[in-house]
Amino acid sequence: MPKYYRPTSRADALTALAGAGTGARPFVGGTDLLVGLRHHTVEPELIVDLKGVADLPEPIVVTDDGVQIGPTLTMGELAAHPLVQRWYPALVEAALTVGSVAIRNRASLVGNSCNGSPAADTAPPLLVHDARVTIASQDGERTAPLVEFFLAPRRTLCGPGELVIRIDLPRPAEGSGSAFRRLTRRRGVDLATVSVAAVVDSDGRVVLGLGAVGPRPIRTELPGPVDLTDEPALIRLLDEQLEVATPISDVRASREYRVATLRVLAKRAVLAAADRRTSREMAS
Amino acid sequence: MTSTHADDDLQTVTLTVNGSERTVAVPPHRTLLDGLRDEVGLPGTKSCCAEGECGACTVLLDGRAVNACLVLCVEVEGRDVTTVEGLSRNGLTDLQEEFLNAGAVQCGFCIPGQVVSAEYLLRTNPSPSEEQIREGMSGNLCRCAGYQRIVRAVQATAVRRGGGHD
Repeated sequence: MPKYYRPTSRADALTALAGAGTGARPFVGGTDLLVGLRHHTVEPELIVDLKGVADLPEPIVVTDDGVQIGPTLTMGELAAHPLVQRWYPALVEAALTVGSVAIRNRASLVGNSCNGSPAADTAPPLLVHDARVTIASQDGERTAPLVEFFLAPRRTLCGPGELVIRIDLPRPAEGSGSAFRRLTRRRGVDLATVSVAAVVDSDGRVVLGLGAVGPRPIRTELPGPVDLTDEPALIRLLDEQLEVATPISDVRASREYRVATLRVLAKRAVLAAADRRTSREMAS
Repeated sequence: MTSTHADDDLQTVTLTVNGSERTVAVPPHRTLLDGLRDEVGLPGTKSCCAEGECGACTVLLDGRAVNACLVLCVEVEGRDVTTVEGLSRNGLTDLQEEFLNAGAVQCGFCIPGQVVSAEYLLRTNPSPSEEQIREGMSGNLCRCAGYQRIVRAVQATAVRRGGGHD
Protein backbone atom coordinates (compact mmCIF):
# COMPACT_ATOMS: atom_id res chain seq x y z
CA MET A 1 0.00 0.00 0.00
CA PRO A 2 1.37 3.45 -0.87
CA LYS A 3 2.15 6.05 1.72
CA TYR A 4 0.81 9.58 1.20
CA TYR A 5 2.99 12.63 1.81
CA ARG A 6 1.98 16.26 1.48
CA PRO A 7 5.13 18.41 1.64
CA THR A 8 4.89 22.16 2.10
CA SER A 9 8.21 23.09 0.51
CA ARG A 10 9.82 22.26 -2.82
CA ALA A 11 12.97 21.06 -1.02
CA ASP A 12 10.94 18.58 1.05
CA ALA A 13 9.12 17.38 -2.05
CA LEU A 14 12.40 16.79 -3.93
CA THR A 15 13.95 15.05 -0.91
CA ALA A 16 10.98 12.71 -0.70
CA LEU A 17 11.04 12.00 -4.44
CA ALA A 18 14.79 11.31 -4.34
CA GLY A 19 14.43 9.06 -1.29
CA ALA A 20 11.76 6.86 -2.83
CA GLY A 21 13.29 6.84 -6.35
CA THR A 22 11.23 4.82 -8.84
CA GLY A 23 8.72 4.07 -6.09
CA ALA A 24 7.56 7.70 -5.86
CA ARG A 25 4.79 9.36 -7.82
CA PRO A 26 4.17 13.11 -7.88
CA PHE A 27 0.46 13.82 -7.53
CA VAL A 28 -1.66 16.85 -8.52
CA GLY A 29 -5.01 16.02 -10.13
CA GLY A 30 -4.73 12.26 -9.91
CA THR A 31 -7.03 11.69 -12.89
CA ASP A 32 -4.56 9.20 -14.36
CA LEU A 33 -2.84 8.11 -11.13
CA LEU A 34 -6.00 7.02 -9.33
CA VAL A 35 -7.14 4.95 -12.31
CA GLY A 36 -3.70 3.27 -12.27
CA LEU A 37 -3.95 2.62 -8.53
CA ARG A 38 -7.36 1.06 -8.96
CA HIS A 39 -6.18 -1.30 -11.70
CA HIS A 40 -2.81 -1.97 -10.02
CA THR A 41 -1.01 -0.81 -13.16
CA VAL A 42 0.77 1.72 -10.94
CA GLU A 43 1.87 0.62 -7.48
CA PRO A 44 3.87 3.45 -5.95
CA GLU A 45 5.40 3.25 -2.49
CA LEU A 46 4.99 6.97 -1.99
CA ILE A 47 2.50 9.47 -3.36
CA VAL A 48 3.87 13.03 -3.12
CA ASP A 49 1.00 15.52 -3.23
CA LEU A 50 2.29 18.80 -4.70
CA LYS A 51 -0.82 20.86 -3.96
CA GLY A 52 0.46 21.95 -0.55
CA VAL A 53 3.91 23.08 -1.74
CA ALA A 54 4.20 26.83 -1.20
CA ASP A 55 7.34 27.60 -3.24
CA LEU A 56 6.64 25.91 -6.56
CA PRO A 57 6.13 28.24 -9.56
CA GLU A 58 2.74 29.94 -9.64
CA PRO A 59 -0.01 28.16 -11.63
CA ILE A 60 0.33 30.74 -14.41
CA VAL A 61 2.56 33.77 -14.94
CA VAL A 62 2.25 36.01 -18.01
CA THR A 63 5.31 37.86 -19.28
CA ASP A 64 6.04 39.90 -22.41
CA ASP A 65 7.65 36.80 -23.90
CA GLY A 66 4.91 34.27 -23.20
CA VAL A 67 3.41 32.33 -20.31
CA GLN A 68 4.95 30.14 -17.64
CA ILE A 69 2.78 27.34 -16.34
CA GLY A 70 3.36 25.73 -12.95
CA PRO A 71 2.55 22.17 -11.85
CA THR A 72 -0.81 22.92 -10.25
CA LEU A 73 -2.61 24.74 -13.10
CA THR A 74 -5.73 22.76 -13.98
CA MET A 75 -7.12 22.25 -17.46
CA GLY A 76 -10.20 24.22 -16.43
CA GLU A 77 -8.12 27.19 -15.23
CA LEU A 78 -5.99 27.05 -18.38
CA ALA A 79 -8.98 27.07 -20.73
CA ALA A 80 -10.64 29.95 -18.86
CA HIS A 81 -7.58 32.23 -18.94
CA PRO A 82 -8.24 35.18 -21.30
CA LEU A 83 -4.68 35.59 -22.51
CA VAL A 84 -4.26 31.85 -23.08
CA GLN A 85 -7.45 32.00 -25.14
CA ARG A 86 -6.01 34.83 -27.23
CA TRP A 87 -2.47 33.52 -27.71
CA TYR A 88 -2.96 29.73 -27.75
CA PRO A 89 -6.44 28.88 -29.08
CA ALA A 90 -5.29 25.38 -30.15
CA LEU A 91 -4.22 24.67 -26.56
CA VAL A 92 -7.58 25.86 -25.22
CA GLU A 93 -9.44 23.68 -27.72
CA ALA A 94 -7.32 20.71 -26.67
CA ALA A 95 -7.74 21.36 -22.94
CA LEU A 96 -11.52 21.57 -23.40
CA THR A 97 -11.57 18.11 -24.95
CA VAL A 98 -9.93 16.53 -21.89
CA GLY A 99 -12.45 14.40 -19.98
CA SER A 100 -15.35 16.39 -18.60
CA VAL A 101 -15.90 19.51 -16.50
CA ALA A 102 -15.21 17.50 -13.32
CA ILE A 103 -12.02 16.00 -14.79
CA ARG A 104 -10.82 19.44 -15.94
CA ASN A 105 -11.37 20.81 -12.44
CA ARG A 106 -8.68 18.37 -11.26
CA ALA A 107 -6.39 17.38 -14.14
CA SER A 108 -3.25 19.49 -14.54
CA LEU A 109 -1.56 20.52 -17.78
CA VAL A 110 1.87 19.55 -16.47
CA GLY A 111 0.55 16.17 -15.29
CA ASN A 112 -0.94 15.53 -18.73
CA SER A 113 2.54 15.88 -20.24
CA CYS A 114 4.28 13.91 -17.47
CA ASN A 115 1.89 10.99 -17.90
CA GLY A 116 3.65 10.44 -21.23
CA SER A 117 0.66 9.23 -23.21
CA PRO A 118 1.09 9.35 -27.02
CA ALA A 119 -2.57 10.42 -27.12
CA ALA A 120 -2.30 13.26 -24.55
CA ASP A 121 -4.65 15.93 -25.87
CA THR A 122 -2.53 18.89 -24.88
CA ALA A 123 0.74 17.51 -26.30
CA PRO A 124 0.17 18.47 -29.98
CA PRO A 125 -0.64 22.15 -29.25
CA LEU A 126 2.22 22.42 -26.74
CA LEU A 127 4.57 21.01 -29.38
CA VAL A 128 3.51 23.42 -32.14
CA HIS A 129 3.93 26.32 -29.72
CA ASP A 130 7.51 25.19 -28.99
CA ALA A 131 6.94 24.56 -25.29
CA ARG A 132 9.96 24.08 -23.03
CA VAL A 133 9.99 22.00 -19.87
CA THR A 134 11.94 22.76 -16.69
CA ILE A 135 12.81 19.73 -14.58
CA ALA A 136 14.03 20.10 -10.99
CA SER A 137 15.84 17.66 -8.74
CA GLN A 138 18.04 17.94 -5.65
CA ASP A 139 20.95 18.56 -8.03
CA GLY A 140 19.39 21.65 -9.62
CA GLU A 141 17.31 22.42 -12.68
CA ARG A 142 17.51 21.61 -16.38
CA THR A 143 15.42 22.76 -19.31
CA ALA A 144 14.54 20.89 -22.51
CA PRO A 145 12.26 21.40 -25.49
CA LEU A 146 9.04 19.43 -25.05
CA VAL A 147 9.78 17.58 -28.29
CA GLU A 148 12.74 15.96 -26.50
CA PHE A 149 10.73 15.35 -23.32
CA PHE A 150 8.54 12.56 -24.70
CA LEU A 151 10.68 9.41 -25.01
CA ALA A 152 8.22 6.53 -25.45
CA PRO A 153 4.76 5.53 -24.20
CA ARG A 154 4.68 6.44 -20.48
CA ARG A 155 8.34 7.47 -20.53
CA THR A 156 9.59 11.03 -20.38
CA LEU A 157 12.82 12.87 -19.61
CA CYS A 158 11.56 13.35 -16.05
CA GLY A 159 13.19 10.47 -14.19
CA PRO A 160 13.24 9.20 -10.60
CA GLY A 161 13.83 11.96 -8.07
CA GLU A 162 12.83 14.61 -10.59
CA LEU A 163 9.88 16.93 -10.92
CA VAL A 164 8.59 19.05 -13.80
CA ILE A 165 8.18 22.44 -12.19
CA ARG A 166 7.33 24.57 -15.23
CA ILE A 167 6.24 24.56 -18.85
CA ASP A 168 7.17 27.73 -20.76
CA LEU A 169 5.23 28.74 -23.83
CA PRO A 170 6.78 31.45 -26.01
CA ARG A 171 4.46 34.17 -27.21
CA PRO A 172 3.25 33.27 -30.71
CA ALA A 173 4.61 35.29 -33.62
CA GLU A 174 2.53 38.31 -34.58
CA GLY A 175 0.04 37.37 -37.27
CA SER A 176 0.14 33.60 -36.66
CA GLY A 177 -2.87 31.41 -35.88
CA SER A 178 -3.41 28.00 -34.31
CA ALA A 179 -6.10 25.31 -34.17
CA PHE A 180 -6.66 21.81 -32.80
CA ARG A 181 -8.76 19.03 -34.28
CA ARG A 182 -9.46 15.65 -32.71
CA LEU A 183 -11.31 12.48 -33.60
CA THR A 184 -12.89 10.40 -30.82
CA ARG A 185 -15.49 7.65 -30.65
CA ARG A 186 -17.73 9.73 -28.41
CA ARG A 187 -17.72 13.40 -27.43
CA GLY A 188 -16.43 13.75 -23.87
CA VAL A 189 -14.57 11.31 -21.63
CA ASP A 190 -12.76 9.37 -24.34
CA LEU A 191 -9.14 9.37 -25.44
CA ALA A 192 -8.19 10.68 -28.87
CA THR A 193 -8.24 8.30 -31.81
CA VAL A 194 -6.21 10.88 -33.74
CA SER A 195 -5.42 14.50 -32.86
CA VAL A 196 -3.70 17.33 -34.74
CA ALA A 197 -2.63 20.83 -33.77
CA ALA A 198 -1.42 23.37 -36.32
CA VAL A 199 0.27 26.75 -36.21
CA VAL A 200 0.36 28.79 -39.40
CA ASP A 201 2.40 31.99 -39.43
CA SER A 202 1.89 35.11 -41.54
CA ASP A 203 4.19 33.79 -44.30
CA GLY A 204 2.35 30.47 -44.57
CA ARG A 205 4.91 28.44 -42.61
CA VAL A 206 3.08 25.43 -41.12
CA VAL A 207 3.99 23.50 -37.94
CA LEU A 208 2.02 20.39 -37.00
CA GLY A 209 1.65 18.43 -33.75
CA LEU A 210 0.28 14.90 -34.07
CA GLY A 211 -1.25 12.79 -31.28
CA ALA A 212 -2.08 9.06 -31.06
CA VAL A 213 -0.31 8.23 -34.33
CA GLY A 214 3.06 7.05 -32.98
CA PRO A 215 4.82 5.92 -29.79
CA ARG A 216 5.01 9.55 -28.70
CA PRO A 217 3.45 12.86 -29.76
CA ILE A 218 5.10 14.11 -32.97
CA ARG A 219 6.15 17.61 -34.07
CA THR A 220 6.74 18.20 -37.75
CA GLU A 221 6.89 21.12 -40.20
CA LEU A 222 5.84 21.47 -43.81
CA PRO A 223 8.84 22.40 -45.98
CA GLY A 224 8.87 26.12 -46.67
CA PRO A 225 5.93 28.54 -46.76
CA VAL A 226 2.72 27.08 -48.18
CA ASP A 227 0.29 28.82 -50.53
CA LEU A 228 -2.89 28.03 -48.60
CA THR A 229 -5.13 29.12 -51.47
CA ASP A 230 -3.78 26.13 -53.45
CA GLU A 231 -5.60 23.29 -51.68
CA PRO A 232 -4.32 20.46 -53.93
CA ALA A 233 -0.76 21.58 -53.20
CA LEU A 234 -1.49 21.68 -49.45
CA ILE A 235 -2.94 18.17 -49.57
CA ARG A 236 0.09 16.91 -51.48
CA LEU A 237 2.50 18.45 -48.96
CA LEU A 238 0.52 17.06 -46.04
CA ASP A 239 0.45 13.59 -47.60
CA GLU A 240 4.24 13.65 -47.90
CA GLN A 241 4.90 15.11 -44.46
CA LEU A 242 2.43 12.90 -42.60
CA GLU A 243 4.58 9.89 -43.52
CA VAL A 244 6.30 10.63 -40.19
CA ALA A 245 3.24 9.15 -38.44
CA THR A 246 3.45 5.46 -37.51
CA PRO A 247 0.04 4.65 -36.02
CA ILE A 248 -0.92 1.22 -34.68
CA SER A 249 -4.24 -0.63 -34.65
CA ASP A 250 -5.89 -0.77 -31.25
CA VAL A 251 -9.30 -0.72 -29.58
CA ARG A 252 -10.03 2.80 -30.89
CA ALA A 253 -9.17 2.40 -34.58
CA SER A 254 -7.17 0.49 -37.14
CA ARG A 255 -3.84 1.72 -38.42
CA GLU A 256 -5.36 2.36 -41.86
CA TYR A 257 -8.24 4.39 -40.42
CA ARG A 258 -5.81 6.52 -38.42
CA VAL A 259 -3.63 7.16 -41.49
CA ALA A 260 -6.68 8.21 -43.50
CA THR A 261 -8.29 10.43 -40.85
CA LEU A 262 -4.97 12.03 -39.89
CA ARG A 263 -4.80 13.61 -43.35
CA VAL A 264 -8.33 14.95 -43.09
CA LEU A 265 -7.83 16.34 -39.59
CA ALA A 266 -4.46 17.87 -40.49
CA LYS A 267 -5.95 19.74 -43.44
CA ARG A 268 -8.82 21.01 -41.29
CA ALA A 269 -6.45 22.11 -38.53
CA VAL A 270 -4.18 23.95 -40.98
CA LEU A 271 -7.07 25.77 -42.67
CA ALA A 272 -8.67 26.67 -39.31
CA ALA A 273 -5.33 27.96 -38.01
CA ALA A 274 -4.82 29.98 -41.18
CA ASP A 275 -8.28 31.52 -40.81
CA ARG A 276 -7.42 32.70 -37.33
CA ARG A 277 -4.38 34.60 -38.48
CA THR A 278 -6.32 37.79 -39.12
CA SER A 279 -8.68 37.73 -36.16
CA ARG A 280 -6.23 35.93 -33.82
CA GLU A 281 -9.21 35.30 -31.56
CA MET A 282 -10.62 31.92 -30.77
CA ALA A 283 -14.11 31.42 -32.15
CA SER A 284 -16.41 30.69 -29.27
CA MET B 1 -14.19 -1.40 5.79
CA THR B 2 -11.08 -0.43 7.62
CA SER B 3 -10.93 -3.67 9.59
CA THR B 4 -8.94 -5.28 6.78
CA HIS B 5 -6.10 -2.85 7.40
CA ALA B 6 -3.66 -2.71 10.27
CA ASP B 7 -4.15 0.40 12.37
CA ASP B 8 -0.76 1.81 11.41
CA ASP B 9 -1.88 1.92 7.76
CA LEU B 10 -4.67 4.33 8.64
CA GLN B 11 -4.41 8.07 8.34
CA THR B 12 -6.77 10.41 10.16
CA VAL B 13 -8.50 13.04 8.03
CA THR B 14 -10.72 15.86 9.23
CA LEU B 15 -12.95 17.39 6.59
CA THR B 16 -16.20 19.32 6.38
CA VAL B 17 -19.02 17.36 4.78
CA ASN B 18 -22.26 19.19 4.08
CA GLY B 19 -21.42 21.79 6.71
CA SER B 20 -20.42 19.35 9.48
CA GLU B 21 -16.87 18.57 10.54
CA ARG B 22 -16.12 14.85 10.26
CA THR B 23 -13.02 12.87 11.18
CA VAL B 24 -12.33 9.55 9.49
CA ALA B 25 -9.42 7.09 9.55
CA VAL B 26 -8.62 5.66 6.12
CA PRO B 27 -5.74 3.94 4.32
CA PRO B 28 -3.91 6.34 1.96
CA HIS B 29 -5.17 4.79 -1.27
CA ARG B 30 -8.85 4.99 -0.24
CA THR B 31 -10.86 7.35 -2.44
CA LEU B 32 -13.08 10.17 -1.26
CA LEU B 33 -15.96 8.21 -2.81
CA ASP B 34 -15.34 5.24 -0.51
CA GLY B 35 -14.73 7.54 2.44
CA LEU B 36 -18.05 9.32 1.95
CA ARG B 37 -20.03 6.10 1.52
CA ASP B 38 -18.32 3.75 3.97
CA GLU B 39 -16.84 6.00 6.66
CA VAL B 40 -19.04 9.10 6.70
CA GLY B 41 -22.15 7.04 5.93
CA LEU B 42 -23.54 9.08 3.03
CA PRO B 43 -24.57 6.66 0.26
CA GLY B 44 -26.14 9.28 -2.04
CA THR B 45 -22.85 9.63 -3.93
CA LYS B 46 -22.90 6.59 -6.22
CA SER B 47 -20.09 4.20 -7.00
CA CYS B 48 -20.19 3.07 -10.62
CA CYS B 49 -17.19 3.06 -12.99
CA ALA B 50 -14.80 4.27 -10.26
CA GLU B 51 -12.43 5.71 -12.87
CA GLY B 52 -13.85 9.10 -13.82
CA GLU B 53 -15.82 7.99 -16.86
CA CYS B 54 -19.44 8.10 -15.69
CA GLY B 55 -19.92 11.00 -13.23
CA ALA B 56 -22.14 9.04 -10.80
CA CYS B 57 -19.86 10.06 -7.91
CA THR B 58 -19.76 13.81 -8.68
CA VAL B 59 -19.44 15.97 -5.55
CA LEU B 60 -18.42 19.57 -4.91
CA LEU B 61 -14.92 19.91 -3.45
CA ASP B 62 -14.42 23.47 -2.21
CA GLY B 63 -17.32 24.38 -4.47
CA ARG B 64 -15.93 22.76 -7.63
CA ALA B 65 -17.42 19.66 -9.25
CA VAL B 66 -15.04 16.67 -9.12
CA ASN B 67 -15.27 12.91 -9.50
CA ALA B 68 -15.02 11.60 -5.91
CA CYS B 69 -13.58 8.34 -7.28
CA LEU B 70 -10.51 10.26 -8.51
CA VAL B 71 -9.82 12.10 -5.23
CA LEU B 72 -7.86 10.53 -2.39
CA CYS B 73 -9.63 10.76 0.93
CA VAL B 74 -6.37 11.74 2.68
CA GLU B 75 -5.92 14.82 0.47
CA VAL B 76 -9.17 16.47 1.56
CA GLU B 77 -7.83 17.29 5.04
CA GLY B 78 -9.34 20.64 6.03
CA ARG B 79 -11.38 20.93 2.86
CA ASP B 80 -15.08 21.32 2.19
CA VAL B 81 -17.17 18.63 0.51
CA THR B 82 -20.80 18.94 -0.56
CA THR B 83 -22.65 15.78 -1.58
CA VAL B 84 -26.13 15.43 -3.04
CA GLU B 85 -27.42 15.05 0.52
CA GLY B 86 -25.94 18.45 1.33
CA LEU B 87 -27.72 20.13 -1.57
CA SER B 88 -31.12 19.00 -0.30
CA ARG B 89 -30.88 19.39 3.45
CA ASN B 90 -34.12 21.39 3.44
CA GLY B 91 -36.07 19.05 1.20
CA LEU B 92 -35.97 18.75 -2.57
CA THR B 93 -34.30 21.65 -4.34
CA ASP B 94 -35.86 23.44 -7.29
CA LEU B 95 -33.43 21.53 -9.51
CA GLN B 96 -34.50 18.17 -8.10
CA GLU B 97 -38.15 19.15 -8.53
CA GLU B 98 -37.51 19.98 -12.16
CA PHE B 99 -35.80 16.62 -12.68
CA LEU B 100 -39.01 15.00 -11.43
CA ASN B 101 -41.27 17.35 -13.43
CA ALA B 102 -39.35 16.61 -16.63
CA GLY B 103 -39.51 12.86 -16.08
CA ALA B 104 -35.72 12.87 -16.13
CA VAL B 105 -35.45 10.25 -13.38
CA GLN B 106 -35.77 6.78 -14.86
CA CYS B 107 -33.85 4.05 -13.01
CA GLY B 108 -32.42 6.87 -10.90
CA PHE B 109 -28.91 5.59 -10.30
CA CYS B 110 -27.08 8.38 -12.13
CA ILE B 111 -29.33 11.15 -10.79
CA PRO B 112 -27.32 12.19 -7.69
CA GLY B 113 -24.29 12.81 -9.92
CA GLN B 114 -26.44 14.51 -12.56
CA VAL B 115 -27.95 16.80 -9.92
CA VAL B 116 -24.56 17.81 -8.48
CA SER B 117 -23.15 18.48 -11.97
CA ALA B 118 -26.23 20.47 -12.96
CA GLU B 119 -26.06 22.49 -9.73
CA TYR B 120 -22.40 23.29 -10.42
CA LEU B 121 -23.23 24.24 -14.00
CA LEU B 122 -26.00 26.61 -12.93
CA ARG B 123 -23.83 28.19 -10.23
CA THR B 124 -21.02 28.87 -12.69
CA ASN B 125 -23.30 29.74 -15.63
CA PRO B 126 -26.83 30.77 -14.55
CA SER B 127 -28.04 31.14 -18.17
CA PRO B 128 -26.61 28.18 -20.06
CA SER B 129 -27.54 27.52 -23.69
CA GLU B 130 -28.63 24.00 -24.60
CA GLU B 131 -25.18 23.39 -26.05
CA GLN B 132 -23.54 24.59 -22.82
CA ILE B 133 -25.81 22.32 -20.79
CA ARG B 134 -24.90 19.33 -22.95
CA GLU B 135 -21.20 20.19 -22.68
CA GLY B 136 -21.41 20.86 -18.93
CA MET B 137 -23.19 17.55 -18.33
CA SER B 138 -21.14 15.47 -20.79
CA GLY B 139 -19.24 13.78 -17.95
CA ASN B 140 -22.46 12.28 -16.53
CA LEU B 141 -23.66 9.15 -18.27
CA CYS B 142 -27.24 7.88 -18.08
CA ARG B 143 -27.69 4.25 -19.09
CA CYS B 144 -31.45 4.85 -19.46
CA ALA B 145 -30.52 7.56 -21.99
CA GLY B 146 -32.71 10.17 -20.34
CA TYR B 147 -30.53 12.96 -21.69
CA GLN B 148 -33.22 14.98 -23.42
CA ARG B 149 -35.28 15.24 -20.25
CA ILE B 150 -32.23 15.97 -18.12
CA VAL B 151 -31.41 18.90 -20.41
CA ARG B 152 -35.01 20.10 -20.09
CA ALA B 153 -34.83 19.86 -16.30
CA VAL B 154 -31.70 22.02 -16.23
CA GLN B 155 -33.29 24.54 -18.62
CA ALA B 156 -36.44 24.72 -16.49
CA THR B 157 -34.38 25.29 -13.34
CA ALA B 158 -32.43 28.08 -15.04
CA VAL B 159 -35.70 29.77 -15.99
CA ARG B 160 -37.05 29.31 -12.46
CA ARG B 161 -33.91 30.96 -11.05
CA GLY B 162 -34.32 33.87 -13.45
CA GLY B 163 -31.55 32.80 -15.82
CA GLY B 164 -33.41 31.35 -18.78
CA HIS B 165 -31.60 31.31 -22.10
CA ASP B 166 -33.31 32.73 -25.17
